[in-house]
Amino acid sequence: MNILVCVKRVPDTAENEIEVRPDGTDIRREDLVYSVNEWDNYAVEEAIQIAERTGGSVTVATVGDADAEEVVRREMAMGAQQGLMLTDAAFEGSDGRGIAEILKAAVARGAYDLVLCGAQADDGAGQVGGMLAALLDWPYASLVNHIEVLEGKKLRIGREIEGGNQERSEIDLPCVLSIQTGINEPRYVGIRGIRKVASVEIPVLGAADLGLDPSRVGRAACRVRKLDYFVPPAGAGAEILQGSPEEIAARLVDLLKAKGGLK
Amino acid sequence: MAAQLFAFIPHANSRIDDTAPELAAAAERLFPGVPVTALVTGAAEGLEAAAAEATRFFPEVWKFAHADLAYPNAEILRPLLARVLPRGAVVLFTHNTLAMDLAPGLAVKLDAAYLPDVVAFEGLEGTQLRAVRQEFNGQVSTHVACDLAGGAVVTLRSGCFPAAGELSAAGRVVDRSGDVQGIAARRRFLEVVAAEVGDVDITKEEVLVSVGRGIGDKENLPVAEELAEALGAVVSCSRPVVDAKWLDKSRQVGTSGKTVKPKVYLALGISGSFQHLGGIKGNPFIVAVNKNPKAPIFQVAQVGVVADLLEFAPVLTEAVRKAR
Repeated sequence: MNILVCVKRVPDTAENEIEVRPDGTDIRREDLVYSVNEWDNYAVEEAIQIAERTGGSVTVATVGDADAEEVVRREMAMGAQQGLMLTDAAFEGSDGRGIAEILKAAVARGAYDLVLCGAQADDGAGQVGGMLAALLDWPYASLVNHIEVLEGKKLRIGREIEGGNQERSEIDLPCVLSIQTGINEPRYVGIRGIRKVASVEIPVLGAADLGLDPSRVGRAACRVRKLDYFVPPAGAGAEILQGSPEEIAARLVDLLKAKGGLK
Repeated sequence: MAAQLFAFIPHANSRIDDTAPELAAAAERLFPGVPVTALVTGAAEGLEAAAAEATRFFPEVWKFAHADLAYPNAEILRPLLARVLPRGAVVLFTHNTLAMDLAPGLAVKLDAAYLPDVVAFEGLEGTQLRAVRQEFNGQVSTHVACDLAGGAVVTLRSGCFPAAGELSAAGRVVDRSGDVQGIAARRRFLEVVAAEVGDVDITKEEVLVSVGRGIGDKENLPVAEELAEALGAVVSCSRPVVDAKWLDKSRQVGTSGKTVKPKVYLALGISGSFQHLGGIKGNPFIVAVNKNPKAPIFQVAQVGVVADLLEFAPVLTEAVRKAR
């Protein structure tokens, strides 16, 4: 099975506090540590495991500028055979629909049986996979936490639904799936793995290479525009206990006793 | 601008979802006075009851009955809605796992804008809807402008819009079941497998010591376990801990895990995403311990400690033991 996995380079929330710039135009990006979107990393691992079982190859694609190449290379170090950079000044400022249009053009150039995305990324929208499937007119499933390859160009899949329950269904190939975290245990990538793919050529495609009408992508095509970032005015919030750890602990013990937390 | 307004109504066990009146309220906030048509899909008695209940909040309810809709399969619902909704319609959904499956592709099929997981509407200027969303797991918010001129599919976070009251006169049900014919699903529903029952039932516990990503490693779990033991509590966790396979899924608090209603909830190294907070009910006394003073958990906690849980929890454990 030939699989395309769509990945995004995002600020790593485990490594950073996200703060808003004073003018509200963006978050502070100067000192941010970036990494591959966590959901996408699970998607790449899943693709590699499927290809190991069924044959075929895994391609990792991203829409982004030259900085995004590091995440494609990192995911190739996990075991994806090909990388693909979708880079063009015309792509900048695209909304979810614009990104899906770019990816659709990339999918159309290849011969993929399956496209995987992360269920969501830094903006929490969870939209690109579903839009890509609709543009391709392929079936789609979101929040996928289980994949089995069946005979006859089908998959049996599980979706994570409310309450941690799992919805199981069969889906025809080709299809697009968005992957939920926890579906597998992504393999560790060491320095040696990164070195091995450091000099592999990664093709870079722009709007013209993809045969994309630039009016369908980029800032001008956006139907949803981000106006600003802000931190909502804090409510009363927690009473922050001050003092030495021992003083704080003693105060907490009193509070816990009062609230029934210490029986 | 005038738009045709629709609300897709989730329902289960013959009852409409608690969010249905929230959708009615949000629609009223968006276009005051414009009637909203509810969309209710399903099969048999459950659908009939849900459609009837929806008329208490919506002046018109379109009912779609079909055996294939007994379970809400987005791959059938999407072509159905794309078929029946007029161009330029504004369609509201509850931001749940069905909408996440159905709505982004529906926006493409309707050639409409897609605005997901909205927490507030702040007004309409011409065709531009100003709304609030969150990013980075609730660490920051954004104002967004969504162009409604070509229609829009909007999903609303549950609990963010106050529920509307009932209509003075109940609405009417229009049977649109004839529109369901001839949709071939390329994804076929099989079954729902219930979440595993674990060794302890965290939903029944009065005191929970809950750990998040801040625990850092499976090897650090005894720090939380010892505190829980001293308190006579049980250890629960947030999603990243389950994803890392450090604790069993049955220990997870949140919308994709268990809904708990303890008296006291100690959140150790938990940032406090809305998905996690969605699993905490009954207004417990929340104590948050987090290195990051800006973590959203401090907004909902009564008491906060800005500290590394690995350093602070053992001190607290010791103090609890001494207090015994």
